[in-house]
Amino acid sequence: MPRRIGDVILEVEDLHTYCFTRWGVVKAVDGVSFSLRQGEALGIVGESGCGKTMTALSLLRLVPRPAARIVKGVIRLQGENLLEKSEKEMRSIRGRRISMILQDPQTSLNPVFTVGNQLVEAIKIHHRDGRRSLARRAIDALKQVRVAAPERRVQDYPHQISGGMKQRVVGAIAISSEPRVIIADEPTTSLDVTIQAQYLKLLREIQEETNLALIFITHDFGIVAKMCDRVMVMYAGRPVESGPVRDIFNRPSHPYTQALLRSVPSMDEDVERLASITGQPPALWDLPTGCRFAARCPHADDRCQHDYPPSFVVGDGHSADCWRLEAECRPSRSSALTA
Amino acid sequence: MQAEPILRADGLTKHFPVTQGVLWASVVGWVKAVDGVSFSIPQGETLAVVGESGCGKTTTARLVLRLEQPTAGHVFVDGRDVHALSGDALKDYRTMVQAVFQDPWSSLNPRMRVRELVAEPLVVNRTASSHEIKARVAEILNAVGLRPQQADLYPHEFSGGQRQRIAVASALVSHPKLIVLDEPVSALDVSIRAQIMNLLVDLQKQYGVSYLLIAHHLATTRYMAHEVAVMYLGKIVERARTKELFRNPLHPYTKALFSAALPAHPDVVREEMILSGEVPSPINPPSGCRFHPRCPFAMRHCSEIEPEEKEMAPNHLVACHLY
Repeated sequence: MPRRIGDVILEVEDLHTYCFTRWGVVKAVDGVSFSLRQGEALGIVGESGCGKTMTALSLLRLVPRPAARIVKGVIRLQGENLLEKSEKEMRSIRGRRISMILQDPQTSLNPVFTVGNQLVEAIKIHHRDGRRSLARRAIDALKQVRVAAPERRVQDYPHQISGGMKQRVVGAIAISSEPRVIIADEPTTSLDVTIQAQYLKLLREIQEETNLALIFITHDFGIVAKMCDRVMVMYAGRPVESGPVRDIFNRPSHPYTQALLRSVPSMDEDVERLASITGQPPALWDLPTGCRFAARCPHADDRCQHDYPPSFVVGDGHSADCWRLEAECRPSRSSALTA
Repeated sequence: MQAEPILRADGLTKHFPVTQGVLWASVVGWVKAVDGVSFSIPQGETLAVVGESGCGKTTTARLVLRLEQPTAGHVFVDGRDVHALSGDALKDYRTMVQAVFQDPWSSLNPRMRVRELVAEPLVVNRTASSHEIKARVAEILNAVGLRPQQADLYPHEFSGGQRQRIAVASALVSHPKLIVLDEPVSALDVSIRAQIMNLLVDLQKQYGVSYLLIAHHLATTRYMAHEVAVMYLGKIVERARTKELFRNPLHPYTKALFSAALPAHPDVVREEMILSGEVPSPINPPSGCRFHPRCPFAMRHCSEIEPEEKEMAPNHLVACHLY
């Protein structure tokens, strides 16, 4: 069954999540906007510390308290603003309407409970059901993630199964309550390449079966190229470029995106020399007033140092924040991803 | 006839005992981590060993570094058997072979200054006077792109990329002939990886040092290596010059690895070849060809007879019954 890209299901507007620490305010997420449609896969790409994981945690209102707080913004899930929900209401949204797959299955499963126990625990929150029927649901969930012999696997403890299998169990827990949105935070980084390929294929199949909306948080453009319809590139807490995957690959318009794409060695062709990005990202508690990439950008001039560039429309649904686009592109009023 | 390679491994084998019981433990099986592996690296070249976790690539590196005793087989560095060395010859070996590890957060001693870290190989092997050491450290820090003033700082004052530069400097300071690079960039951020890969390639050209590169990322090996060996469950299943291997992968496992590699562009479509199941346990590896339970082309005799290495093209070796 082919995927149908449907209506907007999740909308994020001008999200700001700050961490208040002894050393100052860390602006982990500083003005992120995007929207996600039913059946769509969105990639959020960036390096560690760019705010991509904090963005994901903000969507579930799971930012580490008391240090971190969502200070501004709107997160609209099927029309309802999640930031106005009480903690009790959020509990019924997490898992049931948005759920998350974390990077490391080793730490997201509890070592002292069986796989079946942990699946039932997740299902029980949303389905009041008898013991036997819950057990059947757990087995069904494992079947859905193509685990062989699920009747036996439910009795296993996490240490008895392999890493790839564990990540499948985590996936089964995430989809067990039939959420509309799944956030996958680096879901395959801890897996081997052939296991990664199996897992990505599985996610794609589940997405086709259920018309899920998926958000991939990753640092790997390869995952984006393989899995995503649209991509948002983040740098130092802000999206710097976003658009349809092919447009981003064919016409990267922000110098950071360009540099990132050229700094990755290719499997498919010989690269004479990798373009490397000099320096490091700025500290999030001491951000420059101008463009955050200016210090590492080969094209930066005076204005880049002082003024943060607005978003310019590069193409259909494709926008980038860079002053160099001013001459040829019109500024976009809102971020391009809020279509 | 080619000159003697810097590194030659000959039938290298390492089996770890699996024991049961605490006192009077008895050996109940063997983990065949590395099982009869042979390869060589000429001067100034890079051999990449790729494979998934548990294939034995790290054990191979540890055998070359003399951190493990082989169960069978030999490692020759500069023509001498590494595991038979003693006295001055052993000291020579230790200056000649160095290593850079994956994680620069744990591989650098946090209580030592950069100067001491980098000078360590020279101090330990007492090959130079303190004056020489100072000059050499300054020279090498410059070569890896660090400022001499940074020599008095501690590792925690550096970012990941800079730490890895310190690790490279420390590996390079004693004029080694071979550096074992165990996943040298996988712990680093994407935008930093290219810096370190370029640095390693440049240093190789400048100093003529050979690398044994342990990696799981195929694109990295394509960029850095002259020759690639693909390992599966303790065996090398295919070995070829990098260009040849990427142009014409032969072993089904190599093909599967290529198929599983993520594309560099959304329009790149790879031949779909997704392996079923997972890597079996090396304690009781499958009979015959170790890949046969997952191999889509497996024939009946694959489970019975172990395939031998065949040379399909010059320097292109593959161990598979299909050929």
